[in-house]
Amino acid sequence: MIRMENVHKAFGDNRVLQGMTLEVPRGTSTVIIGGSGTGKSVALKCVLGLIKPDSGKIYVDGKDAADTGDRDAFLARFGMLFQGGALFDSLPVWQNVAFRLLRGSLKRPVDEARAIAIEKLRRVGLKPDVADRLPAELSGGMQKRVGLARAIAAEPEIIFFDEPTTGLDPIMAGVINELIREIVTEMGATAMTITHDMTSVRAIADNVAMLHGGVIQWTGPVAQMDDSGDPYLDQFIHGRAEGPIEAVR
Amino acid sequence: MNPLDLLARLGRLVMSVMASFGRVTLFTLDAASHILRPPYYPRELGIALLNIGWLSLPVVGLTAIFTGGALALQIYAGGARFNAEAVVPQIVAIGMVRELGPVLVGLMIAARVTSSIAAEIATMKVTEQIDALVTLSTHPMKYLTAPRVLAALITVPMLVGIGDIIGIMGGYTVAVQNLGFNAAAYLQNTVDFLETRDVVSSLVKGAVFGVIAAVMGCYYGMNSGRGAQGVGRATKGSVEAAAVLILAANFVLTGVFFSI
Repeated sequence: MIRMENVHKAFGDNRVLQGMTLEVPRGTSTVIIGGSGTGKSVALKCVLGLIKPDSGKIYVDGKDAADTGDRDAFLARFGMLFQGGALFDSLPVWQNVAFRLLRGSLKRPVDEARAIAIEKLRRVGLKPDVADRLPAELSGGMQKRVGLARAIAAEPEIIFFDEPTTGLDPIMAGVINELIREIVTEMGATAMTITHDMTSVRAIADNVAMLHGGVIQWTGPVAQMDDSGDPYLDQFIHGRAEGPIEAVR
Repeated sequence: MNPLDLLARLGRLVMSVMASFGRVTLFTLDAASHILRPPYYPRELGIALLNIGWLSLPVVGLTAIFTGGALALQIYAGGARFNAEAVVPQIVAIGMVRELGPVLVGLMIAARVTSSIAAEIATMKVTEQIDALVTLSTHPMKYLTAPRVLAALITVPMLVGIGDIIGIMGGYTVAVQNLGFNAAAYLQNTVDFLETRDVVSSLVKGAVFGVIAAVMGCYYGMNSGRGAQGVGRATKGSVEAAAVLILAANFVLTGVFFSI
């Protein structure tokens, strides 16, 4: 469903992606792992068109993502949970969740949009009384859930999760992991998650891809991850300081 | 230093300034095109009208009244040196309407509104809220920039008009209460002396300064660097650029309206 072919992206002298090639089949959950600064977020943003690759091609359902024609319709197929939530400070929670349903091609009547927002909040374990609060009044875990509710509000076909458990305590991280897995399964969505939290990987992934040195170093089903024989992946998943990945001390 | 090095540095500086000017011009044209093309965001426009226009009234009013009062005192004291104390109403009117009203309102808007817009949009950028807007099929220029620029274009001329009136009233109050002017004669002299061109130039300056203030806030916000330092730099840069451009535009517009 999503295919990245030989994607390159550099920021000045910093060559982040150096020929990344990856295929994410429809209806599967693929997790991209890799150290900080290896370009995982850049890869996601390239698919969405938030960052323009220097070269290479990205296809969504066989169509070139750089030449989508109706950009609104293209983006309407995606939902994204941002690392910090990226909730709009000035809007109450329900308007954040229903943002896409209050404007543009998916616009609904206000009452209906609010009802959907409250239903999605309930789906991520938040009570309706949260709906009228401002994002700043919520804890980090609650903000993450609101971000998740917003990502699924318009029932997208493809959902991206950018570091979904970063900054959360282990219990809340477990809750978010379970929610992501359940939602992806029940919606039949294609999911792409980036993380360096191995607990998250095991909870969410069907397939795993490891990004290192600007390329996908290893990719395969999560069940094969522990027996991959790849020294890079092995060092990463066991968190060893010694190995082919240089650890900056 | 080698003269060639100096020349090269100068060349780079000129190129950099020209490139910045080009980027701001393209940004302004892009903002204008988004103001004209649907979809429109009336709620965002309403909030911007409230923030830029209504909530700026107190600071504009206070600035104008004190400036008008001080102007009356200065002109009276200065005029007394050559027995021209009687020109206070005329000079306060022309000074406020042609120059001080629009410039001071423009600078107060740059301080209050440009900084606020730049800080808000820059914070949205560093917290990925701008990226979130895009993924939610909403163009940031249309949702964030267009309503603010349009609101400034509408409200700042009004603020300038109100500032002009309050400034004149400040001068009137000081002249009548402290300097012994006749109230009716003061007002009559003010009305008789002002021309339509004075008022039109004041309002046009207000519109131009409003657009400069809003565009600079949005431009620096959208192009902010990372982290708290990026937000701080964007805010500082936006106010500096807006203030300098407002003063430069004031010089150009004064030349256009009043060059003999």
